[in-house]
Amino acid sequence: MVNQNNISRREFLKRAGAAGIAAAGLAACDSQGRAASGVPAPEGEMTYRTNPKTGDKVSILGFGMMRLPSVGGRSAREGNEGIDQEMVNEMVDYAMAHGVNYFDTSPAYCQGQSERATGIALSRHSRDSYYIATKLSNFAPSTWTREASLAMYHNSMKELQVDYIDYLLLHGIGMAAPGKGMEEYEARYLDNGILDFLLEERKAGRIRNLGFSYHGDIEVFDRLLAEYDKYQWDFVQIQLNYLDWKYAKQINPRNTNAEYLYNELAKRNIPAVIMEPLLGGRLSNVPDRVVAQLKERSPETSVASWAFRFAGSFPGVLTVLSGMTRMEHLQDNLHTYSPLHPLSDEEFAFLQHTATLMMQFDTIPCNDCKYCMPCPYGIDIPAILLHYNKCLNEGNIALDAGDENYRKARRAYLVGYDRSVPKLRQADHCTGCDQCSPHCPQGIDIPQELHRIDAYVEQLKQNTL
Amino acid sequence: MLRKIRLILATLFFISVTLLFLDFTGTLHAWLGWMAKIQFLPALLALNVGVVAFLILLTLVCGRVYCSVICPLGVFQDIVAWLGKKQRKNRYSYSPAKSALRYGFLVLFLVALVAGIGSVAALLAPYSSYGRIANNLFAPLWQWSNNLLAYFAERADSYAFYETEVWLKSLPTFIIAVLTFVVLAVLAWRNGRTYCNTVCPVGTVLGFLARYSWFKPVIDTDKCVNCNLCARNCKAACIDIPNHRIDYSRCVACMDCIDKCHKGAIAYKHAPKAAPLPVQKTGQGVSPEHVDNARRSFLTATAMVATAATLSAQEKKVDGGLAVIEDKKIPKRATPIIPPGAVSLRRFAQHCTACQLCVSVCPNGVLRPSTDLLRMMQPEMSYERGYCRPECAKCAEVCPTDAIHLTSLAEKSAMQIGHAVWVKANCINLTDKQPCDNCARHCPTAAIQMVPSVAGDPASMKIPAVNTERCIGCGACENLCPARPFSAIYVEGYEMHREI
Repeated sequence: MVNQNNISRREFLKRAGAAGIAAAGLAACDSQGRAASGVPAPEGEMTYRTNPKTGDKVSILGFGMMRLPSVGGRSAREGNEGIDQEMVNEMVDYAMAHGVNYFDTSPAYCQGQSERATGIALSRHSRDSYYIATKLSNFAPSTWTREASLAMYHNSMKELQVDYIDYLLLHGIGMAAPGKGMEEYEARYLDNGILDFLLEERKAGRIRNLGFSYHGDIEVFDRLLAEYDKYQWDFVQIQLNYLDWKYAKQINPRNTNAEYLYNELAKRNIPAVIMEPLLGGRLSNVPDRVVAQLKERSPETSVASWAFRFAGSFPGVLTVLSGMTRMEHLQDNLHTYSPLHPLSDEEFAFLQHTATLMMQFDTIPCNDCKYCMPCPYGIDIPAILLHYNKCLNEGNIALDAGDENYRKARRAYLVGYDRSVPKLRQADHCTGCDQCSPHCPQGIDIPQELHRIDAYVEQLKQNTL
Repeated sequence: MLRKIRLILATLFFISVTLLFLDFTGTLHAWLGWMAKIQFLPALLALNVGVVAFLILLTLVCGRVYCSVICPLGVFQDIVAWLGKKQRKNRYSYSPAKSALRYGFLVLFLVALVAGIGSVAALLAPYSSYGRIANNLFAPLWQWSNNLLAYFAERADSYAFYETEVWLKSLPTFIIAVLTFVVLAVLAWRNGRTYCNTVCPVGTVLGFLARYSWFKPVIDTDKCVNCNLCARNCKAACIDIPNHRIDYSRCVACMDCIDKCHKGAIAYKHAPKAAPLPVQKTGQGVSPEHVDNARRSFLTATAMVATAATLSAQEKKVDGGLAVIEDKKIPKRATPIIPPGAVSLRRFAQHCTACQLCVSVCPNGVLRPSTDLLRMMQPEMSYERGYCRPECAKCAEVCPTDAIHLTSLAEKSAMQIGHAVWVKANCINLTDKQPCDNCARHCPTAAIQMVPSVAGDPASMKIPAVNTERCIGCGACENLCPARPFSAIYVEGYEMHREI
């Protein structure tokens, strides 16, 4: 179910009869002008942005290596299946053939397997044909020591099979338990001298660009930008999409609107790398009413393409990362960005209106990044939250037993719940230990949400709503 | 004609009763539940005077039609025998009654019943035997078929079918069911109603009554040409052609003989005078096999041993993945837990026929046949798969003997069937130093509160405190406790239930 978000966002493509990889690359029409395939071939060349410091021509579509496919066909972050390396190679080759040259990974992704898979796929190409971004993901307190952090950094180079890194990020600045953001930043990068080390590495050329990715505590973001003169950040990775542009704070008071983040970077002329342009699939799996609105304007493009055009339209954006699990995701994104048609002012306003509409649905802002996982007690947190969102989007959350569709909604919720989440991994087994919440980039109070969902399920089961 | 009516009714009863055991959703019981309640032994144990009187009257008027129509085990044997007859026609022959065996089993059965040794009674009782077979052998097939449909429904985004868990509830009971099935099938295939006329206590009692029944098949000696065709088609082996006698205590009124006779020499009518059957010492001596030995060999219950994969501390924080969940193991309970409405262990043992109907419908995986020697196959509760949910009283709804008797859900949730016991050594608040209040949060009667583990220090880790006065023993705490394989809180049963 978790992956359904990713899959269903391109459902329309599949339904239209995606004939496979080959069809996409070829002309999509036969001699009579009938479409041979629903997968639109890119009309032109990939759009590139220039890194003002290095002059790198970076493709506007960046390949996020966080949701790589597993041998079971799902995202490798689910279950305990290994990464489907052949599929990764195939997708990387296809992306590069169509102009993608930015690949973003981390030692933490895909249960720690992403860097190796990325290294294997990219080492088959010449080193100057791609830019590699990875992170110093020293989240666990056990990795805060200088030795452990250095080991992680050196291990990244080994796994990626490179002797220099194009883009290195301090990973998830500000992401910690409430009020702990600054403390953790200092423990992870300052107290152990790691930031100084990284600056040296940049000087030595083993890091070509140094930046950071940010979630959560805005004070840390502001501090790092205030210290721009000292550190000369080459780029910053932020979460930006049409929902977070003005509503990030409203979704969660701990977060900051993307509008502020982007403008702070633009002021200083720092290139922005965009993550979560699709909010982990939430902006492709939208309420039916929103789908209708988007399709009415542009029936032949995917729901997701709107979100990608939004993120790419800002001139200060260097690249937009997309965690692509399936070839169809890649093809659709290539179509959107080859070339990018920036949003008109009118379209921009329309998406803002759409965001307002979506805010009226009370979905939980989980984007399935799985940073909270694995839960030590075996709960499948994202699957539970996403099932709730799915039912909400489909109108299957009953408010009252007297509701017209109560019986249908009840059945859909309970039967779907057992299908999406094994019984032992459901919300009723949450102990409330709260080891998960500090890892959530969206700042969701996970135990509280799980207990709320559990209480709702209890009401459904007991018929006492 | 009479035979056709018998066949139609028998088919209806058989399919309906079987469906009762297969339907895990419990919806059919609203319409067909009465079919289980008119079974002789359940009605007798439920002290259902009306039904028992009706069945006695029915037998006194029509003979043992109960055995041919209402009893699912009887019809099951007929089906096997019918298949056997396809292989070789005219396969039966007359044999004298094995009265010593019949009454011996009846006495054994009655003694077991009175002494409250439910396991022996359940082994002999026909309805229980059929329930066991249906629940252990037919239900899994039904559920797997359902799961197949659910698999497709899921892919078609339909909620019409949902998956159900198929699990082995008790190995000894399963093996007994298989043995019962095999023994009965072999007996029925070879000799028709051997079980009904040698072992079955209900058959013996009804047979005794049937001797005096008003209507019965009668041989007209004037028309009879001694062709023996009727005797060779009598599955009860009760037609003695040389003497032109029928042993009415064994005749199950199937009407097969009436149809078979070319001369119309047998009629179903009132016989003015039933001459006593002379005791004969002929016959081939069909040795009645039976299932008694089966039980003793399976006293050792086997617990499923889970793969004990322990969580290793993670060196670095990576995203994704699912922690391994160890299966829960059944804790050692000093007193078994039986469902609310059972009143007491003693009353329950005396009233339950171990038909497995409640086990079939329990939607929470709580009920399973006991492996205890004395209560073998009678249901008991355990909470490692689920707990006794407040909105459910399915077991009481379906119980044909009223061994589980509830009038309302309110009565159920006010019934103390046991109480929770905290096991300090397992509680994650102390072992993992992780705050957890899952037991307290899910307790439906608010019998659990979290108190500081160090007296007088409110900042210390909280541990659950059970107020046994409020605890009803539903097992929510035990089932939802994160400690594995043994929960840090488990339920001890009560010998005698108590209403709050």
